[in-house]
Amino acid sequence: MKTWIAFWNILAKDMRFYYLKPPNISWGLIFPLAWTAMFFIRSGAGLESVPALLPGVMAVSVLFGTTSMLAVTVTFEKKGRSFERLLLAPIPLEFLMLAKTTGAILCGAANAFVPVVIAAFFTDLAGVNWARLIPTVALIAISSTFLGLLIAVSVSEVFEAQTFSNFFRFPMIFLCGLFIPVNQLPLWLRPLSYILPLTYGADALHGAIQTRNALPFAVDMGILAFFCMGLFALSLHKIRRNWIQ
Amino acid sequence: MERMETVAKAIEVHHLTKRYGDFTAVDGINFDVAKGEIFGFLGPNGAGKTTTINMLIGLARPDSGTIRIAGIDCSSNPKAAQHLMGIVPDESNLYPELTGFENLCFCGALYGMAKQYRETRARLFLDQFGLSDAVERKFGGYSRGMKRKLTIAAGIIHEPPILFLDEPTTGIDVAAARQIRQIIANLNAGGVTIFMTTHYIEEAERLCQRIAFIVEGRIVRIDTIDDLMKQTEGRHTVEFAVSVGAANLCAALAVAFPSLQCQTVSDAAIRITSTEPVRIGLLLRFMEERGAEVSEAKKIRPSLEDVFVRITGIEAAEMKREREKIQKGAGA
Repeated sequence: MKTWIAFWNILAKDMRFYYLKPPNISWGLIFPLAWTAMFFIRSGAGLESVPALLPGVMAVSVLFGTTSMLAVTVTFEKKGRSFERLLLAPIPLEFLMLAKTTGAILCGAANAFVPVVIAAFFTDLAGVNWARLIPTVALIAISSTFLGLLIAVSVSEVFEAQTFSNFFRFPMIFLCGLFIPVNQLPLWLRPLSYILPLTYGADALHGAIQTRNALPFAVDMGILAFFCMGLFALSLHKIRRNWIQ
Repeated sequence: MERMETVAKAIEVHHLTKRYGDFTAVDGINFDVAKGEIFGFLGPNGAGKTTTINMLIGLARPDSGTIRIAGIDCSSNPKAAQHLMGIVPDESNLYPELTGFENLCFCGALYGMAKQYRETRARLFLDQFGLSDAVERKFGGYSRGMKRKLTIAAGIIHEPPILFLDEPTTGIDVAAARQIRQIIANLNAGGVTIFMTTHYIEEAERLCQRIAFIVEGRIVRIDTIDDLMKQTEGRHTVEFAVSVGAANLCAALAVAFPSLQCQTVSDAAIRITSTEPVRIGLLLRFMEERGAEVSEAKKIRPSLEDVFVRITGIEAAEMKREREKIQKGAGA
């Protein structure tokens, strides 16, 4: 019970002071809107192309919505030493880091549905498999958040976290099959695609929206879950090694 | 908290060692702190004070040795006794975007305190620490002294039986420092065990029951204030304020009175120390015959600072310089 009080208050503080600030809300709305418009205009295929674009735009919205926040909630607090307060609280480290990342996961998942709402005005979403879409969005949000966490705990400055995040994020837009199918990439680039978690998330999204997935849904989910656990475990290891010396 | 009632020692440290590469920051130290004691940990910068406190509270892992907090072995599991500890770090590290009240409530929540209880405690502390007017002001806008007081309040919001204070009064004004010392004394009177590091020898002398001197990672002496002060018994010190030429006078005095220890305190002050009572009249005449005008002669009560200098070989002036450096750094 005591641990849950701490969990809830850490989450509530982060939501209030970081995630629900006007700049973040506008970022969460404008960014998916801009991506949707950009790819829609670029495709030149008219409204019938919306379902094909939707998985990529959703995935990119989650990716940017989650990874950009951890630089603030973790790296910034570490730099200001207020993170030490959390490390000194009688809460297991796993629980503490889940509390610190839950806000990013929730906001990232909410970001994903902004393009869905927009798309609903222009196309028929009756064919969407929601039972697959929702867990897929959740796992993409979790894996992207933990990727952001790993980056945040690997650096000491906020600007390093932002720069390092872009090093991963921008290639992922093109390598993970969001807008260009992985099987259309040059052969030498494909191994890179398959070591990135978003490839499996994007594939599951394509499956849920257009039934055009390359791998079975269970395989995509299993690999994404494996990435989530691996990234979280690696982040905890780095915190223990670097921050509790 | 019940655990504290059954143990006599709040903190026990055995052969504690911490290395950073080739540098040994803490070198096999041993000490214990009795329940209800204020224990001072003194030493110059880089002596290993903060590294020791970080190992005790779980922010650093010891390379070897054992730590027991209220009888709980924390050497391998630093989280095991964190619920018994209150921690006030050397920098005020609360959240600048939260108000004083929100900061205290948040810190209470980290220890699992129920909403109503932590809010009541937060209001009580803000009132007790003279911060009632700043309840709704953001922490980032507090003065240095107010920040320090709120950081102490945050460290004790959950009623910890053991409190770790790292340089509690460094970088704040005299009035705020005095208030904080009073707060520390009151907490101890209420039964809280306090482990504090400080640069201020006179502060340690005023507050602590026992003191450990740490130099280059090693504890060179642990004793009660009374026993430490016994070292100065039988020593007589007199300070003379002279018009000019303190250095020359000092040299002449050393030749004429070889049994006396003479040192220049400044260009216009000389300090004479002797194992025999100092014959002030004789010395006054000697100095005046050499053209020096003596405006004041005062007997100096030996202080813990003198003991520190004798034991560690570190001049008090060096400690003072370090304090000033820290204060300047904090003020920058």
